[in-house]
Amino acid sequence: MSDPSAPAYVTAAAQPDIAVELADVTFAYDRRPVLAGISMVIPRGKVVAIMGGSGCGKTTILRLIGGQLKPQVGRVMVAGQSVPDLDRDELYALRRKFGMLFQFGALFTDMSVYENIAFALREHTDLPEEIVRDLVLMKLHAVGLRGAARLMPSELSGGMARRVALARAIALDPMLVMYDEPFAGLDPISLGVVGQLIRQLNDALGITSIVVTHDVYESLKIVDYLYFVSEGAIIAQGTAADVRASGDAFVRQFVDGEPDGPVPFHYPASPYRAELFARA
Amino acid sequence: MLDAAATGLADGLRRLGSGAIAAVGRLGYATRFFVAVVRETPAAFARLHLTLREVYFSGVLSLVIILVSGLFVGMVLALQGYDVLQRYGADESLGILVSLSLVRELGPVVAGLLFASRAGSAITAEIGLMKATEQLSAMEMMAVDPLARVVAPRFWGGVISMPLLAALFSTLGVFGAYLVGVRLIGIDTGAFWGNMQAAVDFRYDIVNGIIKSAVFGTAVSLIAVFEGFDAKPTAEGVSSATTRTVVESSLAILALDFVLTVFMFRGIS
Amino acid sequence: MSRSVLDLWVGVFVAMGIGAILFLALKVGNLVNWGSTPGYRLEARFDNIGGLKLRAPIKAAGVVVGRVERIKLDPGTYQAVVTLKIDHGYEFTTDTIASILTSGLLGEVYIGLDPGGDTKMLADGTRVTKTQSAVILEKLIGQFLVDKAANTGGK
Repeated sequence: MSDPSAPAYVTAAAQPDIAVELADVTFAYDRRPVLAGISMVIPRGKVVAIMGGSGCGKTTILRLIGGQLKPQVGRVMVAGQSVPDLDRDELYALRRKFGMLFQFGALFTDMSVYENIAFALREHTDLPEEIVRDLVLMKLHAVGLRGAARLMPSELSGGMARRVALARAIALDPMLVMYDEPFAGLDPISLGVVGQLIRQLNDALGITSIVVTHDVYESLKIVDYLYFVSEGAIIAQGTAADVRASGDAFVRQFVDGEPDGPVPFHYPASPYRAELFARA
Repeated sequence: MLDAAATGLADGLRRLGSGAIAAVGRLGYATRFFVAVVRETPAAFARLHLTLREVYFSGVLSLVIILVSGLFVGMVLALQGYDVLQRYGADESLGILVSLSLVRELGPVVAGLLFASRAGSAITAEIGLMKATEQLSAMEMMAVDPLARVVAPRFWGGVISMPLLAALFSTLGVFGAYLVGVRLIGIDTGAFWGNMQAAVDFRYDIVNGIIKSAVFGTAVSLIAVFEGFDAKPTAEGVSSATTRTVVESSLAILALDFVLTVFMFRGIS
Repeated sequence: MSRSVLDLWVGVFVAMGIGAILFLALKVGNLVNWGSTPGYRLEARFDNIGGLKLRAPIKAAGVVVGRVERIKLDPGTYQAVVTLKIDHGYEFTTDTIASILTSGLLGEVYIGLDPGGDTKMLADGTRVTKTQSAVILEKLIGQFLVDKAANTGGK
């Protein structure tokens, strides 16, 4: 029997190939609720986007998958393991199979580009320096920045920093790569480059990619499936084709960039006339 | 009106109470943090280069301010000390006055305060900034414990640097006092050094001074790494964490100084 | 900052720090005299030791020959029992007088040893029989007042 929350195109035969699964996850920061009963499935080898407005919980989902946060209710399964139940050593072992691209790169500022990428290799493997060097240069070449190996992060442009961070994320050939707003603040050329790299690396390395973003245009070009999150719940999902043809009001507002719609323009306030003419 | 005053008072008390509880909670959190950092000590020394790097940033880069301040403090001590001592014909005790003041108190305390403001604030700002730019998160997600790789080396760098800096401060202070007392004022150099050597005891004065500076170093380093790690990941968060480090470290040094002095210097007999 | 340059600077810093500690220990403090210096012990009893403290110097002809090691009260005779640690190489006659003196008016209290003419020397563990207690200023003043009263009264 197929899982009702799985995307339609995931057949029964493909069921065992689920990389990440969230089931009925509820999470709140102190007393502020962020996610309310979210369920999603991310199949192996696919690029899946999680979209939504700012502050809707997209980054929280990534942190739950990565084990930085624990849900109050619900299951978070990665490669068959329940992430919140892992102890420290098991969690660290699992994280070695992840790569994560943080917003704006989060490169280690006291190290050069080369050393940033060599970091994971040196920490987690006993490979000799010559092999580390080859691997680092290979990763840098994949993102087109082999010539920038000796630069410091402060000397890089935004787009270059993002690409270096991408190279760092795939340094250990992970099984799952998570991208937190990879398109934020980039120029059009860099946007195209990053988008293409995400797709190509995913297919070439056989990894699973989760992209958290609100850039609809770039996402629709490269992803296999999208989830739309608003106010802590999934309000729409589908393949890129589904989304483009969708009649759902929220999806339409998002894709077309309409200022007003299911996500209101006006922040809740008292009636306009009453406030204007009120006595101070 | 009495009603309003009563509610205001109740409100104030409630805030005081919750503030006190929050402070105790924070103290508990800080203690757990301290234990976690100390537990990572083997990792910090396995990567010796990391810790040495922090000794450079905390210690070597503080040398200038410590040496210059030590020199000036010693010189001023000599001037002021001479002014008072010569009224009782005891100007040959200047060496004793200066050396004991420096070795027992001024060396550890003033060097500690300077260290807190120069190196402590830098450590807090650095860690806080790494937190704000998600570098610590990135490290965590790469399965490297930031406590072991970022925090513990900075903690031990501070602990190692402090006693050395305090000793250098005292040394420069004695030298400054020598310059003023013997060279400038004209006290007999033999009396200066001889009386000093007779009065300053290695175990009692110098070792106690070193113990003090080690304790201060631990306190300042711990506060600095904690406030940095705990800072809110914004510009204001980092800035207020840095201020808190300097204030809390200074108060801690002065309070610990009192406690240690009571236990250490109860009079020889 | 390359590793070797950094290591160099850290090395210089640590060397300076240790050098400072050594300077303080040797030039400022009395580390050279620290540790159990070889010596022998003598005992002396006083009615009043005044401001004598542990590790106070013991001087003969103004030269430091040892340190006060222990001060106790004899519960039977209510006398102060002082253990003197004298450096090897100095010997004193059995009729030596041990007095408690003050160097200068406000100076530190020390024990002065005045040897006599006896041919026999004090051995380790023996007692100095002739002692002179400290001069207590208040008693002097009291004595002076009593004498003054006696003089004026007798007139």
